[in-house]
Amino acid sequence: MKARVHVMLKDGVLDPQGEAVKHALGTLGFSGVDGVRQGKVIELDLAATDKAAAEAEVRAMCEKLLANTVIEKYTVEIA
Amino acid sequence: MKAAVITFPGSNCDRDLAVAFERAGAEVIKVWHKDADLPKGIDIVGIPGGFSFGDYLRCGAIAAQSPVASAVRDFAGKGGYVIGICNGFQVLTETGLLPGALLRNATLKYVCKALDLRVETADSAFTSGWAKGDSVRIPIAHHDGNYTIDADGLKRLKDEDRIAFTYVENPNGATADIAGVLSANRRVLGMMPHPERMAEGAHGGTDGSVLFRSLMDAMALS
Repeated sequence: MKARVHVMLKDGVLDPQGEAVKHALGTLGFSGVDGVRQGKVIELDLAATDKAAAEAEVRAMCEKLLANTVIEKYTVEIA
Repeated sequence: MKAAVITFPGSNCDRDLAVAFERAGAEVIKVWHKDADLPKGIDIVGIPGGFSFGDYLRCGAIAAQSPVASAVRDFAGKGGYVIGICNGFQVLTETGLLPGALLRNATLKYVCKALDLRVETADSAFTSGWAKGDSVRIPIAHHDGNYTIDADGLKRLKDEDRIAFTYVENPNGATADIAGVLSANRRVLGMMPHPERMAEGAHGGTDGSVLFRSLMDAMALS
């Protein structure tokens, strides 16, 4: 079973890297970009076979290590 | 004073921190990150600067899960003194011993230079050698020193007089110019600037040595 975790800075937390990417896109002539937020994707290969149990475990991983919930939010997809 | 200085893979200021403690008169015991226990009888733990675990995932995140981090958490929980400098500050926020988080510098640039800080409180074992409002010159060297905390957290830091240092000229976008903060019991300090790099004449200044001498005085009194 595979899990994919998206970690993003929370809304309202300044994302200097996203701002720099937005600026660079504007420089390249892509004028319609109103905002850019940069995050990360973490893919996990899991031994678990039960989807609900796997999701609960990955959420625990996010709370403990994969995301810093002071500044970041996360979503979990199980496939 | 007995100080434990922790080394993680990627720490690079551990020796400098140990020397600064020793120059102030402390006995230093170096501790490896896999040690699950801190040495007996220590007064303070120093978490040095560097790039623990290559800054993988987030600065300080992996170090905060290492065996020694649990021991540091227990030590602080019992009222022990802890100082985290630069990457050590990042480790302390990741362990939850200090509030807030350190984000990428707003300029996206690594900044390495000596700059002026304002001492915001003299009410701690770390800062008692100064007076509130004193200006001190201590270097920074970081890419992720942009201290961030929500409005409630900032109000709490201010109400409880827990902002230890602020930047006179903000180099990284930190909320309220914050360069260093104290825990609620005032015994855990995290700061981005490096006092151990401004601790003897050859460094170009000795302002940082005041912090280590203040600690020695505090330990002698306790």
